[in-house]
Amino acid sequence: MEIPYTVEARPDTGLYNAKVGIWLFLASEVMLFGALFSTYILLRVGAPEGFWPHGWLNIPVGTVNTLVLITSSITTVMAWASLKMNQFGRFKFFHACTLCLALTFVGIKSYEYHDKFIHYEITLNDGKIADGHLVKKTADEVVISGHYVEDRKELFDLRASGATHEHKEIAIPRSQIKKMENYGPWHSTYLAIYFTLTGLHALHVIGGAIVIGFLWGPGASLWKRDPERFTNRIEISGLFWHFVDLVWIFLFPVLYLL
Amino acid sequence: MSDHAAEHADHFREHIRRYLFVFYALLFGTLITVAASYIPFGNRAMNIGVALFIAICKASLVACYFMHLISERKMIYAIMAFTAFFFAGLMFLTLWTYADPPFHTVTH
Repeated sequence: MEIPYTVEARPDTGLYNAKVGIWLFLASEVMLFGALFSTYILLRVGAPEGFWPHGWLNIPVGTVNTLVLITSSITTVMAWASLKMNQFGRFKFFHACTLCLALTFVGIKSYEYHDKFIHYEITLNDGKIADGHLVKKTADEVVISGHYVEDRKELFDLRASGATHEHKEIAIPRSQIKKMENYGPWHSTYLAIYFTLTGLHALHVIGGAIVIGFLWGPGASLWKRDPERFTNRIEISGLFWHFVDLVWIFLFPVLYLL
Repeated sequence: MSDHAAEHADHFREHIRRYLFVFYALLFGTLITVAASYIPFGNRAMNIGVALFIAICKASLVACYFMHLISERKMIYAIMAFTAFFFAGLMFLTLWTYADPPFHTVTH
């Protein structure tokens, strides 16, 4: 059976069907991320004074990842424009670039996640807190590269002047440890919403990369049979990819900078 | 190449120039966002406002030019208008709810 309106516009909408479909899907995606953004607002305005983290994420790394995603957006639109100009070779090049940039983004995000999972806050029996990255964990002691603080509040605003601490290797006997927890989603409401928002976004990046990979590889054979339909498919996948970029444009300042 | 094909290619070359301009604007916008976060504008609310304003400008560029919203059909505008309405509702209801807590709520 022939799928109708894959290329020609439907008379009542003036658009081919997939385009209406993707915009409806993106509308639902706006509401999905909107719900999480409103959760973020609620958690943030509800946090006690001085207990909303600032500077917990690496700004240069986040900036590089933002630039990577923006670059992938231009390569996506260039791939589509190449097909419109009947330049299949250029399309293959630009789409390969998009795929590489998508994988780079996921790689950098994984590095950031790993950095949080090896970052520990350790409360000692005497009330002091050691905070830093895990170096070694044995049955007798835990070694971190970090610093001590007297008050937990000192750990929250790392962008405040004088908030930088000298990091050194600290060996803590297990018997002195009252509580030890890494900076996973369970650590605080900030990290919970950070992992939820960025995790959902990363799933979108991975999903988009799979589609782009398919259209770059086996799916590209459609170009020979029906070039217009293939070009439309690239436009649709591109719209999704730009939406993923658009979400990150808000996530970056909200989570890294503010 | 026929006249029509040459015209078509010229049309897309013009589009590409526009895409590149948007790309440079997005890169610049990102660097401005980071730089602005280091400038104390008086209070944190002001810094949030500046960062979100830049983000909205960047998002508008992506939506208008990369996603071609600037020259779309009415159908797409209708879908987006509904989305914008409900998205705004979602955001404002959250804020209004926070500003209007129920009585006898224990707060710490």
